[in-house]
Amino acid sequence: MSATEAQAPIWRHRTPKTRLAIWAGWLACVALFVWCWEMMTERTIWAFVYDAPVAANDLLGRAFPPKWGYIDSLLWPLWDTMNIATLGTLLGIVMAVPLAFLAASNTTPSRHILRPIALFLIVASRSINSLIWALLLVSILGPGILAGIIAIGLRSVGFIGKLLYEAIEETDVRQIEAVTATGASQAQILNYAIVPQVLPTFYGISVFRWDINIRESAILGLVGAGGIGLQLQASMSVLAWNQVSLILLVILGTVVVSEWVSAKVRHAII
Amino acid sequence: MSHMAYPTQWRRPPMMVKSRFWRIALTLGAIVYLLLAFSTIEVNYARVIEGLSRAQRFVAGFLQPDFTSRSRDIWIGIGESLTMTFTSTVVGVLISIPIGLGAARNIAPRLVYLVCRSIIAVSRSLQEIIIAIFFVALFGFGAFAGFLTLSFATIGFIGKLLAEEIEDIDEKQAEAIRATGASWVQLVNYGIQPQVMPRLIGLSLYRLDINFRESAVIGIVGAGGIGGTLNTALGRYEYDTAGAILLIIIAIVMVAEYSSGYLRRFLK
Repeated sequence: MSATEAQAPIWRHRTPKTRLAIWAGWLACVALFVWCWEMMTERTIWAFVYDAPVAANDLLGRAFPPKWGYIDSLLWPLWDTMNIATLGTLLGIVMAVPLAFLAASNTTPSRHILRPIALFLIVASRSINSLIWALLLVSILGPGILAGIIAIGLRSVGFIGKLLYEAIEETDVRQIEAVTATGASQAQILNYAIVPQVLPTFYGISVFRWDINIRESAILGLVGAGGIGLQLQASMSVLAWNQVSLILLVILGTVVVSEWVSAKVRHAII
Repeated sequence: MSHMAYPTQWRRPPMMVKSRFWRIALTLGAIVYLLLAFSTIEVNYARVIEGLSRAQRFVAGFLQPDFTSRSRDIWIGIGESLTMTFTSTVVGVLISIPIGLGAARNIAPRLVYLVCRSIIAVSRSLQEIIIAIFFVALFGFGAFAGFLTLSFATIGFIGKLLAEEIEDIDEKQAEAIRATGASWVQLVNYGIQPQVMPRLIGLSLYRLDINFRESAVIGIVGAGGIGGTLNTALGRYEYDTAGAILLIIIAIVMVAEYSSGYLRRFLK
């Protein structure tokens, strides 16, 4: 009895070799983590970290209750923030639509020259955050909401462009073929076969980006690009934490409302 | 007589808003809003003209980036960003796994579900920058505050998507494990983990990519990393160094995006 038990191999999910490889992989991950941790905390001043609970207590004590009377001076910046987001989204759309048609493999006029350029522009715009764009534009255009609008626009190009060109590539070929078969010109094919197919997606993407832009434009003021972030920066630099907490509540409220609006609109369209 | 019945003209029916009244109302509303919005833009033309020469220098700096004269700062910034990205993704994913399990309706009790969902909601509704401001105020300047910020943001992202993935699993497999009399831990380990693991790895790689992008930004408010170096370079009007830093950021983001996309396809 015991002999058969000893002979019967125990079932294992993996062979010894793969198990060893998985262990080695985990070990490498842990080693990398420890090494990265050492490098990252090289310049950390631990006294501040240990002090954090006291600091947090102090900060919260100063932040609450919020200074409700301050709301009067927030309404105008809030309007600016909305404008930055909306006009920035429009600017992004204006630039992204032609780029998307150049980047989609089924509508691009030149596959080897224009398409890679359009794809590069889309990736470049997506990899730089709107705050960095704003930082750059504020140093060029001076502080104000114009810098914010352009920053939001430049960042939106990549997002809208990428999603839109993917939608264009996924259009139904048969509808395009049907319109082509009537002897339509290139422009007519675009207008009657491709645009109707991508239009709902396009509206959906735009509203979605608008919603994201509301969040982003709320903080652009930190680098001087107008909107409610300017007030946030001003309140923080005088350590008026009860104003900061009110501003954060206002931002949170705006974000919730814009998310609700965008969800409603997208639901109605799609 | 009969040819009268055939229309010779065709107008495409409206594609979005069917009612004529609402079409006109929406258009008018949009025009009024745009006029109001454009009127709030204040442009100081003297400042813009002054800035144009800077723009020229920036474009020149972007075309002829200067990697060498501030190379020490750039290396420190990149090093901090990359290490911060990796450690925060690992810690964030490790924390978000139990939270994701707790936030899945089909395996967590109601109370745990509500607690975990509210943690996720808090983490998702606050912007990284705002969290970074607070962590910098609490923990001092430097990469540690950035690490905490990114970990915190990762929890909401991975936790939510993981919970949704767990809610979408094939119930039959979990049922089969339950039928063997397995405990909750065994159910998670043998019934759920194999189903969600590929997706979890994919999400973690995606978040690694996002965390690097964010690490370039939170440095602006003092949370370490390449963003701080960039902010300093722009503050000194050293556009050639700023151009170099932006090119490095774009290059790393592109490498990260392509390699994470490749890895995710490989794991599928």
